[in-house]
Amino acid sequence: MNHRSRAHLDPALVRGLTTARRGPLISRRRTLRAGGAAAAALALSACGVQGQRREPVAVEDYWADKERTGRLRWANWPLYMDPEHTQITQFTEATGTEVEYKEDVHEAPTFFGQIQPQLANGDDIGYDLMVLTNGFQLSKLMELSYLAPLDHTRLPAFAESAGESYRNASYDPGNEYTVPYASGITGIAYNPEFVDRQITSLQDLWDPAFAGKVGMFADVQEIANFGLLANGVTPADSTKEDWEAAADRLREQRDSGVVRSYYEQDYIQPLTNGDLWITMAWSGDIYQQNATAGTDLRFVIPDEGATLWTDNLMIPYTSKAPVDAIEMMNFLYEPEIAAGLTEYIAYISPVPRAKEILTDWAGSEDDGERAEALREMAESHLVFPTEEEYQKLHNYVTLETAEQEEFSALFQAVTQS
Amino acid sequence: MNNRKTTPYALVLPAWVWLALFFVVPIGGMLSLSLTTGNVVTGFQQTFEVGNYATAVSSYWEQILRSLFYGGCATLVCIAVGYPVAYWIAFRGGENKSTYLLLILLPFFVSFVLRTISWRFFLSDNGMLLGTLKDIGLLPEGLTVLNSAPAVILGLAYNFVPFMILPIYAVLERMDPHMVEAAHDLYSDRIRAFTKVILPVSLPGVFAGVLMTFIPTSADYVNASVLGGAYNTMVGNVIRTEYLVNNDYPIAASITFVLMGLLLIGIFSYARALGTEKVMEVHA
Repeated sequence: MNHRSRAHLDPALVRGLTTARRGPLISRRRTLRAGGAAAAALALSACGVQGQRREPVAVEDYWADKERTGRLRWANWPLYMDPEHTQITQFTEATGTEVEYKEDVHEAPTFFGQIQPQLANGDDIGYDLMVLTNGFQLSKLMELSYLAPLDHTRLPAFAESAGESYRNASYDPGNEYTVPYASGITGIAYNPEFVDRQITSLQDLWDPAFAGKVGMFADVQEIANFGLLANGVTPADSTKEDWEAAADRLREQRDSGVVRSYYEQDYIQPLTNGDLWITMAWSGDIYQQNATAGTDLRFVIPDEGATLWTDNLMIPYTSKAPVDAIEMMNFLYEPEIAAGLTEYIAYISPVPRAKEILTDWAGSEDDGERAEALREMAESHLVFPTEEEYQKLHNYVTLETAEQEEFSALFQAVTQS
Repeated sequence: MNNRKTTPYALVLPAWVWLALFFVVPIGGMLSLSLTTGNVVTGFQQTFEVGNYATAVSSYWEQILRSLFYGGCATLVCIAVGYPVAYWIAFRGGENKSTYLLLILLPFFVSFVLRTISWRFFLSDNGMLLGTLKDIGLLPEGLTVLNSAPAVILGLAYNFVPFMILPIYAVLERMDPHMVEAAHDLYSDRIRAFTKVILPVSLPGVFAGVLMTFIPTSADYVNASVLGGAYNTMVGNVIRTEYLVNNDYPIAASITFVLMGLLLIGIFSYARALGTEKVMEVHA
């Protein structure tokens, strides 16, 4: 019995499978090769990625069968709410909905790359509410119908409190899919410890006196805007010739040795320690850094103009809790809530009344230090720009997917060498 | 009777399934993707567009060559640093060999990205290292290391040096010390004993170490993005941008295959030059 069962495994075969082959096994290899080639050809023609656009859904149809679930998953950028998540606690107290808050958005394109395949498949992406900046990826999400159309009857606070410039934005007319979370300015920041003159112009970013100490953004839209503005072109009206001229201008800046590196979002620390003296920067970052680390970094809107971007709240169409998500959207437009959020993040609130509320809070605050901080914030032009400053702020250019490719290729050739 | 023939195949089946699932299928999918055209909105159609490869090479040849150069430099640094360390542990480590090996691996319990970022603090213009040396006048005031090619190469070498030390150590450790004694008996001085006996014996270890450092360093993108500057983009960064930023999957896949092809050619010619035909055996 024993002997027989062992005989099942022919020792020669075992050896053949477990030790290196010495002689060529022509016939077998040939068969394998032929089979492999056939399989490969089959696989190659079978693969390919399907078209991924969905049919848009009407507002009523989308919301008809949606109900509150009591559990909301929210993806946001890091440091975009105070560490105690005050606004979320308040939301849970008001509605009973538990919120799982994840700081998972670090870069719009990467985030888009992560969620796109799941959305194309109609799968849950793990978030019911998310925050993305207006730009290529947001346009694509709308173009592909990956966002839930908003039911404005559920957004009374937005109707009541949103500032005029935060309704009906060019990238989402009628707020069909998004409402703003916060806005910010892309301008110039510099460290007066190293720069001993007033910075007023974009041309300062081209100044050889700052060789190797200038930081630029790696994001194609951000850097393109600065190239366009430096050439005196309004980004929203730019043509292909303008893009080429702007790319040339930026290439010249790089090749003159002025640019130290192209940054994603890690430019604050180099600016503080002197690796960078002057850099493209986001208004709220500079405000936060000065407020928390006691630094004296300066932020300017250059004479040629700067850009205003908006981070938007939106609901992926595969959301498991769209009702809870739209409730959160509405909640964030309650002026008191909006003011509380602004106090920490130091970006521009879409709710203008936040300014008044911050001033009120400053008046009734016993803690002198906080009162001072609140007053300073309410008066800061970085958080509440004046009408005159708004005039100098430009929107991004809105592009179709095909144009985006051309646009990106032009400017990536500058930042990725 | 039937059983007798199929059992061995059944035994190797798991290995085949594993290979098919995690190697053949993905690589086939990538190859297929590299020949498609389209965009993320309209989808990618299989058109057998070989032009993707031409586009990939003509747009990014600079970054590809730079990556191979940086990878090569980092590998040389790894040999220069790693060989003496492996030698010392193997021959002079005494009873504490495992402690030394642990010490070498210890920093690598910290995340790869964090380790790389900490170099930023260390190398910044007025940081711990440069700031101090500039203050005592050993370095010129305007010197910059961070955001340059040397910083990227240094970061690569630092991150991958254990992969050089361990295989060399493994070979030297196994070496029969009597061989060195024999060399001395035959009137070799220490240098000749090293060049004629120890070095040749350790070459397979160096070879394995080169494979384990050159391939990942050439394809790395973390070091270039954290420590690099305006001119230090590596091919890994380009692939990442094409995949995740531009969602241009065909071009990203084409660059991947170009890089893979170049690395394979490099490794096999290196194996030839070194006289080792048993590339895979050494690797295993």
